[in-house]
Amino acid sequence: MHIAVLSGFVVAAMVLLAGRLLKGYQSLILSLLPVSLFIYFLSFIPRLADGNTVMYSYPWIPSLGVQLDYHLDGLSLLFCLLITGIGSLIFIYAAAYMKGYNYVNRFFCYLSMFMASMLGLVLSDNVLALFVFWELTSISSFFLIGFNNDNPDSRKSSLLALAITGGGGFLLMAGFILMGSTIGSFSISEMITSRSVLQNSEHYWLMLLLICGGAFTKSAQFPFHFWLPGAMKAPTPVSAYLHSATMVKAGVYLLARLTPVLGQNIYWNNTLMIVGGITMVYAAFHSLFRTDLKTILAYTTISALGILVFLLGIGTQQALIAAAVFILVHALYKAGLFLVTGIIDHETGTRDVTVLSGLRKVMMPVAIAGIVAAISSAGIPFTFGFLGKDLIYEGTLSSGNNFIFLTALAVVTNIMLLYAGFVAGIKPFTGNIPSQFHDVHLPSLWMWLPPLLLGILSMIFGFFPALIDNSLVQPVVRALHGGPVDIPLKIWHGFNLVLLLSAITLVGGFLLYKYIKPSSERIHAVDRFREYSPAFIIPGIATGVHAFARHYTRIMQNGYLRIYVLVIVLFLVVLLSYKLFTGVNIYIDESKLHEITIYEAVVTGIMLFAIFKTVFTSSRLIAVAAMGVVGYCICLLFVFYSAPDLAMTQFTIDTLTVVLFVLVLFRLPPFLHLTNAPVKIRDGLVALSFGTLLSIIALEVINETATKDITEFYAKNSYVFAKGKNVVNVILVDFRGMDTLVEITVLTIAAIGVYSMLKLKIGLKEKE
Amino acid sequence: MKTIILKTASNYLLPVLLLFSVFILLRGHYLPGGGFVGGLVASIAFVLHAFANGLDKTREFLKYHPGINIPIGLTISLISGFAPMLIGQPFMTGLWFEKPFPVVGMIGSALFFDIGVYIVVVGVTLTILFTISETANE
Repeated sequence: MHIAVLSGFVVAAMVLLAGRLLKGYQSLILSLLPVSLFIYFLSFIPRLADGNTVMYSYPWIPSLGVQLDYHLDGLSLLFCLLITGIGSLIFIYAAAYMKGYNYVNRFFCYLSMFMASMLGLVLSDNVLALFVFWELTSISSFFLIGFNNDNPDSRKSSLLALAITGGGGFLLMAGFILMGSTIGSFSISEMITSRSVLQNSEHYWLMLLLICGGAFTKSAQFPFHFWLPGAMKAPTPVSAYLHSATMVKAGVYLLARLTPVLGQNIYWNNTLMIVGGITMVYAAFHSLFRTDLKTILAYTTISALGILVFLLGIGTQQALIAAAVFILVHALYKAGLFLVTGIIDHETGTRDVTVLSGLRKVMMPVAIAGIVAAISSAGIPFTFGFLGKDLIYEGTLSSGNNFIFLTALAVVTNIMLLYAGFVAGIKPFTGNIPSQFHDVHLPSLWMWLPPLLLGILSMIFGFFPALIDNSLVQPVVRALHGGPVDIPLKIWHGFNLVLLLSAITLVGGFLLYKYIKPSSERIHAVDRFREYSPAFIIPGIATGVHAFARHYTRIMQNGYLRIYVLVIVLFLVVLLSYKLFTGVNIYIDESKLHEITIYEAVVTGIMLFAIFKTVFTSSRLIAVAAMGVVGYCICLLFVFYSAPDLAMTQFTIDTLTVVLFVLVLFRLPPFLHLTNAPVKIRDGLVALSFGTLLSIIALEVINETATKDITEFYAKNSYVFAKGKNVVNVILVDFRGMDTLVEITVLTIAAIGVYSMLKLKIGLKEKE
Repeated sequence: MKTIILKTASNYLLPVLLLFSVFILLRGHYLPGGGFVGGLVASIAFVLHAFANGLDKTREFLKYHPGINIPIGLTISLISGFAPMLIGQPFMTGLWFEKPFPVVGMIGSALFFDIGVYIVVVGVTLTILFTISETANE
């Protein structure tokens, strides 16, 4: 199992190294990986059909509770089969599709990485491991969406996708940590057993919010849906893979996975129903206005994801069965439609549905694949889609109080989806073929076979639902719902309400398709409302934040060291004085102040004089030298209070600092008029208040009764453990040697910084 | 600042100061001192030399760029930290020879760690000082 998950990463690395060796159809070899994984996962079906689950455990970071536990139950198996099965077809298809592209090896590297991350995501039983894979899918899909990285649009939409899904990832991480710390384990199986603890936790709503935030952004739910149409800038095989079977379904998977943990709760159900419901209607409605094939498919994908979330929200057994079946239905027909679209785009060079027609005459097998996918998506009887649609209606009807409203929503959505499916899958192939497409020819077998296979599979499952009932669907529902499943999948349920609803859907969809022709005019109709759409508002907020950050940076980090210091000191003064005057009783215990000796008086006098000199001198050199005198005086104070180590270090450092300043200042032009009076007064006030504050704090510190435990520990043990009598040094090199090690590394970085800044100057010409 | 007195003195002072810095380094484990201070004292010795004789002379005297000290010192410190792991002890465990050595005293992994610190400090300070003074002179 470990090998199965990680093999994708290994292959990704190998493909990247193999570089240009992969050309043309040689990349077909790579599809051996998903195919063999697919067969491997198929072999688990009998075991899971009997009601067992499979668990593999590998320790990873035990001290943090991170385990690579793989838990294979019905839900993960369904997803594994989708990922590897559709993955196989995508790999084959892509080998032909990407033939003419540069950097095919990178493409396959990202694709294998993505597949492996998805597998890891759906198999992980440990939420922290799951999160790692989750982010890996975000990152690898970022590369995939932005694959045509010389296209600015591509880059923009991949960044948008990463920003949204990555941002959601943070919420998810927080949610996982919250859940994990509530029950003291990060394992999903243990979360299921401690379900009641989580459900009764006072932070339940927060967990819900965070988890939903992660899942909704990933699954493009309203109002985070807008990154998905943009993600269509990716090469079509990627869109087919990401948006039919994998990436966006990860959110649905997560919600399904956590249904036994957080689900069956009124808040959970309502959140999912409302968000899913809005998404499905909103996105299906939007698909009516589009003319680009991939954009239409993108919106129907969002809508389908909405349906899935909606069904999970309803949460009854019928709804869960419907969700399980619909995941499979949607993956099959949507991948088919995407692949068909890819072929059309590849061969004709356009995806504008208003231009395309009559293509069946030149590419019959593709037409068949497209039409089969479209009728499956429409839910015409004896296709798999029909089954899915029936189950959706059964699910909504079982939903309790609001069932009429919810069913109506589902019907409306499905009518619009039928329209969109027909436009994408049938419209390009019917009618007369325009003259510019006469010499379009059929692409290679490797391209049209995968969508055709998917279509055939849809038909087979439609005719013989028993094939997947016990083997696939029931284990999923068991994983979601716990109990046994008592509703077998059938084609024919008799004449009942569900059939009537199906008929309404079909008739409505046909009418819609007949009377509404896609046209580019209508897109303007929606565009008028653009300013109110989330796609406009959320990036707008992002732009606002960006502008704020720019202004803030310009004010606070303007490049003048003096301003930085001023800001830091002022901030400290405000913060500390607030604390001092609100929370601390200031009183000075005079008994703690020792008698002042003659040396102390002398040293203080020198210091005062030196400070006076520093402030009021007109020569930089004198100021630096006077500062040095202050340093040496402090050094002497260290000696008086028996801290020879500190004194030595202070002495040497001070010497070197003065030398450094002198070296630099010696060469500066002698400006005598450095600042004007207001600035001086301001600086003086800041300095005075900061100094006063520090003095008060120092006096307060004396009053605190110090705990001497640490001092005693070091004094006692420095010789015992480290054979040293100088406690300071023993701490430096032994007890806290690690700190010192890091510190000298920091010093190194500082030296490199100074060296590179001053020595490796960019010449004036290069700068321009 | 090319005075004859300083020039002459610095030629004698350099070895004495260097010796002193090593002394400070070695005594660190029992009395005030240690790698950090030792390294700073050594740097001061070189800076003094540079003041008296000019930076170029010091460079000639050093032969190598002082920055080379940095990786050397870091490596020594790291190795002394890793050494205990060879005999199955955790990272940075102090290992000591049983008997004291003449002149130097007790020798243990902490001493080598300190020597590493010393070398790094010399490297860092001299690199920073030399770089700044060179660019200031340009």
